[in-house]
Amino acid sequence: MSATTSLMPARLRSGDMARVASVGLRTRRLRAALSALGIAIGVAAIVAVLGLSSSSQAGLLAEIDQLGTNLLVVTNGQTFTGASATLPSTAPAMIGRIEPVNRVADTGAISSANVFRNPYIPSIDTNALTVQAASLNLLPAVGTSVAQGSYLNAATASEPAVVLGAAAAQRLGIDRVYRGERVWLGGMWFYVVGILKPATLAPAIDDSALIGYAAAKKYLNYTSTAADGTTTQGPPTTIYVRAQNSQVDAVDNVLANTADPENPSYVDVSQPSAALTARADAQGAFNGLFLGLGAVALLVGAVGVANIMIISVLERRSEIGLRRALGATRGQIRMQFLTEAILLALLGGAVGVLAGALATTVYAHTKHWAVVIPTEAWAGGIASAILIGAIAGLMPAIRAARLSPTDALRTV
Amino acid sequence: MSTPNTSPTTVETDRTRRDGWAGANGSRPAVLELHDVTKTYGSDPPVAALRGVSLTVAQGELVAIVGPSGSGKTTLLHIIGTLDQPSSGTVRIDGVDVAGLDDRQLAALRARSIGFVFQQFFLAEHQTVLDNVADGLLYGGAPVGERRELAAGALTAVGLADRQHARPTHMSGGQRQRIAIARALVGMPAIVLADEPTGNLDSVTGAQILALLKQLNEQGATIIVITHDRGIADQLPRQVQMRDGQIVSDTASNQQPAVVANSVGGNATEARR
Repeated sequence: MSATTSLMPARLRSGDMARVASVGLRTRRLRAALSALGIAIGVAAIVAVLGLSSSSQAGLLAEIDQLGTNLLVVTNGQTFTGASATLPSTAPAMIGRIEPVNRVADTGAISSANVFRNPYIPSIDTNALTVQAASLNLLPAVGTSVAQGSYLNAATASEPAVVLGAAAAQRLGIDRVYRGERVWLGGMWFYVVGILKPATLAPAIDDSALIGYAAAKKYLNYTSTAADGTTTQGPPTTIYVRAQNSQVDAVDNVLANTADPENPSYVDVSQPSAALTARADAQGAFNGLFLGLGAVALLVGAVGVANIMIISVLERRSEIGLRRALGATRGQIRMQFLTEAILLALLGGAVGVLAGALATTVYAHTKHWAVVIPTEAWAGGIASAILIGAIAGLMPAIRAARLSPTDALRTV
Repeated sequence: MSTPNTSPTTVETDRTRRDGWAGANGSRPAVLELHDVTKTYGSDPPVAALRGVSLTVAQGELVAIVGPSGSGKTTLLHIIGTLDQPSSGTVRIDGVDVAGLDDRQLAALRARSIGFVFQQFFLAEHQTVLDNVADGLLYGGAPVGERRELAAGALTAVGLADRQHARPTHMSGGQRQRIAIARALVGMPAIVLADEPTGNLDSVTGAQILALLKQLNEQGATIIVITHDRGIADQLPRQVQMRDGQIVSDTASNQQPAVVANSVGGNATEARR
């Protein structure tokens, strides 16, 4: 019979479905807003955490980029017996002969000397500061500069003059350089000629008091014995090497052999920018707690949406009955309430993404970072909101669809 | 007996059906045929709400189904409206045998062939009057522009052409019921089922609504009014009286010769039991 076979329900147009599904949201706005709030908070937390860590990462990477990623650091390692190895005094010069090396600077840690504000400080209060002999071209090599005063020069390098790293100056309580300012270093007065800015790529410089190699030899007896038996300036313990950007890996590979051809295994080579980059990447790992809190907020939000949808279905029985009488199929009723739940969650998700992005933007601006909101953060926030809406709305939607039209229309 | 299927099968032909209403005074095909319909609720003990109801309503009729509460008229309304299925017996709506139709087909049948008017109106307060009426076509598949166009026509027919863009919230009960009637009529359904349409109205407004239903019937609509009020039923051309799940009288024999045979046959069957 043709009439029977032609009885196919018409598809609800998507515009009509959107209108029908938003009835609950439009007629009960406060309730919709409150129930979407939980999801908004959860998504905002997740977006802000991911956005902030990405932005701070971007900030750190930008700083590293500015400082240069071509710095390689050679340090003395350990011998086979576990004793501290000594780099040959010739190592900086040898490294300087490697073709793609632009700049070589070195420091020698003088473990026998300590630096104090004055002679009356107990000798155990070293403030964890080290005294280092430093080459004259150190600053451009490690990527820092003088904050106050001046750096060592050929003249002051052989005199009792000292330049303080940023942290060292702070711990010694010296915040500016003036004539006659001096510190008690290795049992005698050294005059402070300059204070450095922080050296991000070479944090060892920050808590050091830097003197010239010649002064170290002359006043602190920091010496080594050359091959011919004469006494020369002390050995370097750290060599800072700036290589051509494209040749960093190649230089890295030959550094140990060049620094100490006899015992290359006594030499440690590192790339501080790589370590910093790794640390920047690892920062994300500390966000687990906050992401977990965001997930809990999302879960609570999902329960809120499910709750509100169940109440909505109970309250709107007569609407369901009317729609069934007007010719809505069970599927269309189910889809209406499911879409409503998804819309509700999506609303919360969108607000959450905006709030999270706003928080990230404000914080990143105060820190002068580039604002980075990863795609996974906002897309994931929206997607999880949709998913939560679908899950939370499924049961109420099925209940609405199962309601028999006669029960739905019964008003008592 | 096989009824020629005169109902259009698509919504697009609704306008042609309007013409059909106007010219429906020749042969009068049956739009509703119930044969020996029973409905039993529950199982322990079973409650028989309908016990063998046979009823035929031809196109263009205005019928009152009247009976006290508990007489089974609401169950009958649900079965005629395909909101519920009979326990036994056959139901043909607009030429379609309802037995064996699944939920989707029944929904399509309701969208196409049945318009409901409820005692409580069931209007959407947040929507304009026009959109409330247009929602009568929501599940029929027509685009919104066409739905609104037809809704405007239906509102004119119930005398509310000037209130299209108002909201029902502050309107009187009589006006609200007019909106609901327009919503039921907008798709030109084969049957309009009105369940206590005057139940929530004062007597003056109720009389106006009844007059409107009569007027719409004269324009061709087939209307079945379910009521407990004899006074209302008496004003309608055909009265089917129910008691205890059975039809106890049907005035069709006097006024609708074309369907007498069926009705009498049905009643005769019951009478024999």
